[in-house]
Amino acid sequence: MRLPPVAAERIVLIVLWTIAAITVGVLLFIIAFILAHGLPHVTWRFLTDSPESMGREGGIFPMIVATGMVAGLAVLIAAPIGVATAIYLTEYTRETRVTAVIRFGADCLAGIPSIIYGLFGFVFFAITLGLGLSVISGALTLSLMVLPTIVRTSEEAIRAVPYAYREVSYGLGSTRWQMVTHVVLRSALPGIATGVVLSLARSIEETAVVMLTAGSALRLPTSLYHSSRTLSLHFYILSREGISMSMAYATASVLVLVVLGINLVAYWLMRRFVASGGIR
Amino acid sequence: MNAKRMCFTVFTVKSGLSAWLMALAGLTCAGCSREDGGTVNVIGSTSIQPFAEHLAQVYGKKHPGERVEVQGGGSTAGLQAVANGLAHIGTCSRSLSDEEARQFTPIVIARDGVAIVVNPANPVNNLTLEQLRGIFSGRFKNWKDVGGRDEAIRPITREEGSGTRESFVHLVMGPEKISREALVQESNGAVKELVKGNPAAIGYMSLGLVDKGLKPLNVDGVEPKTEHVLSGKYTLARPLLFVTKGPPTPKAQKFIDFVLSPEGQKMLEGEGLIRAK
Amino acid sequence: MRQDNVIKAILMAVAFSAILGLVLITVFIFKEGMPIILRIGGREFFLSSDWDPRAGRFGIFSMICGSMMVTAGAMVIGISFSLGLAIVLTQFSPPRLTAVLKPVIELLAGIPSVVYGFMGVVTLVPLIRIHLGGPGLSVLAASIVLGIMVLPTVTSIAVDALNAVPRPYWEGSIALGATRWQTTHMVMLRAARSGIVAAIILGMGRAVGETMAVIMVAGNTPAIPHGLLDPVRTLTANIALEMGYAAGDHRRALFATGVTLFVFIMVLNSIALVVSRRGARRTGAP
Repeated sequence: MRLPPVAAERIVLIVLWTIAAITVGVLLFIIAFILAHGLPHVTWRFLTDSPESMGREGGIFPMIVATGMVAGLAVLIAAPIGVATAIYLTEYTRETRVTAVIRFGADCLAGIPSIIYGLFGFVFFAITLGLGLSVISGALTLSLMVLPTIVRTSEEAIRAVPYAYREVSYGLGSTRWQMVTHVVLRSALPGIATGVVLSLARSIEETAVVMLTAGSALRLPTSLYHSSRTLSLHFYILSREGISMSMAYATASVLVLVVLGINLVAYWLMRRFVASGGIR
Repeated sequence: MNAKRMCFTVFTVKSGLSAWLMALAGLTCAGCSREDGGTVNVIGSTSIQPFAEHLAQVYGKKHPGERVEVQGGGSTAGLQAVANGLAHIGTCSRSLSDEEARQFTPIVIARDGVAIVVNPANPVNNLTLEQLRGIFSGRFKNWKDVGGRDEAIRPITREEGSGTRESFVHLVMGPEKISREALVQESNGAVKELVKGNPAAIGYMSLGLVDKGLKPLNVDGVEPKTEHVLSGKYTLARPLLFVTKGPPTPKAQKFIDFVLSPEGQKMLEGEGLIRAK
Repeated sequence: MRQDNVIKAILMAVAFSAILGLVLITVFIFKEGMPIILRIGGREFFLSSDWDPRAGRFGIFSMICGSMMVTAGAMVIGISFSLGLAIVLTQFSPPRLTAVLKPVIELLAGIPSVVYGFMGVVTLVPLIRIHLGGPGLSVLAASIVLGIMVLPTVTSIAVDALNAVPRPYWEGSIALGATRWQTTHMVMLRAARSGIVAAIILGMGRAVGETMAVIMVAGNTPAIPHGLLDPVRTLTANIALEMGYAAGDHRRALFATGVTLFVFIMVLNSIALVVSRRGARRTGAP
């Protein structure tokens, strides 16, 4: 049965817009559900107290600190190294088979399941290097996990800078390094920053890796060698074990708001990148 | 400050910071494991975890400056952690095998029963050991086979490394194996949640952790009460152990002493466990 | 000039150590995992569904089936919704609405995976158990949750692919009298085909790699599922559940599972690379 094209289009449009509506609906439902159940319990005390009786009462302050330490340290380690690597690969080497292989390798490593990084971190950092279940084990493992992504996104951002910019810079007599910092990096910075910010969001929401490397202790970590529990892991444990649903929802609310906020920042940065004439 | 100097400065600062951090991590890598700041790491059984966590909290208040960190992972994971040097004390909710007893030193800190739990809406009140074996091995598939409703049974088991699972297999299953179709959950709490939410589910867990939303079954006519565990009438019982490799470190020993002290034992009793004696 | 050489040396050192670190991981995983695959034999490891670590039997076939079924289910949902969304966003949506819809879809990527798993447990699993049967923790639940999770990835790449089709293609088709939908499915989709295939493949990679959400809704039984409503265990869940207490051969078998996943992702990425490169050549798009 061949439908006349106009009728076919009408039906298709209904289907497509329904799909769009369902998608938006699901997203709003999830966020609304979590926030509706959780926000009432997110008080100032909740954010600044320590958990009592396995998390049934009290607050999540140590978890917030732990998340900041683990994710922050991971990005702090990975970002400079990743950006430097990207700069080296694009500006200081020619396009050879080796660089193509490196690029492919970075793409693969960026796509590997995070649990494999957890495996590696557990056996290598926690056990072999003797760092134990600790903030530093978690941070080092996470930094390895986000490193390929930062290298690739920085590389894309740098390559998107029009060659003309570089020519002009050389024409004015700059050295390569001056050209890189004053011209290329300035233009590519929003793109690079987007990659870094997205890596931060990924580090914060990652659960399996921190479970295996940073552990799940409830105390406030005051040293890099202390084990500690991140927000996402705390939420996972609270909800899985049925310890306290209200606490779980509250933790989830904080987690969702933080990660959404970071993603919004990344999105805004990306808009600036495109607007400043970055790519297509 | 104009833009170009800012850019250069930012980059230099970031690289410098990163280099410093790497150096820090590298320097302090060597010889950093257990004797850091005197933290006692307690890793292992999810059955013991809530109790150990509570004990650690009270201990920390009594002795400020002493830090005890408690984590889960399962009984076998606890033994592994002790063997690997990740933990000073491993917790284990089953007896050690002969081979394990050669490697590790067990200390009994309490005794606990293994409760068989079902959803409160389930009309069944009692099961024999034979019926339990049949349910968990998959021979009985419907609740009406054991005196309940006409509904498919959903057995829930723990993961392989669980001390509770080991104890259950040892005490109930005998030569039969737990069915591969049984749903696997990785902690007492997860089993609890699943049974609470599913009227056809049946699981096993630490007696000390059973709460109001669950119905613990009688086994062979015996109620799962503390006094019956003590007297031996309720046969599903297991020791709760703190395990070390060789003699405990001084700080670990202090914590163990606290747990075995009258105050520590009273706390454990108050929470539904049975004293070590 | 000397400053430039010094800087180049520093950058090279940093780049090499970064690459070295990543190579280290790859080598480590393979070194730990390959020997046991070779020792047990590929057939026993990959094709036996007998996973019994205590008895020394390491057959991961059930988990391979599990991962494949769950990923396939996720892709069915993911592809249909993502393609639909991508088409709407690029072909039919007025710019003002697109500006709102795009961030909304990207926000979906911002929700942590444990939250997705939790929502699945709280809303989806009881729904399936009560209305469709089975324990609720099932292939279906995992597929739906994963499908929603890969939506943003597949959609954004598909959108990029569709946007990269040269404008004259669209204009020419409309000029010939085709409706927008006819243009879409006869011209645009075909032109963007390689990019869309790349999007699907990358989405598959993400679905295979997800751990936490799957553990929460899939039931984790080590048996091969016979239907959508049966519980299932994926390769990633297997690693996460058993890593804590695995030792000796058991741990090596888990690394071998990691090797399997690693190789699978490498294959997927290679296919995506070849497909997108071929597509770019065809349309002349960048």
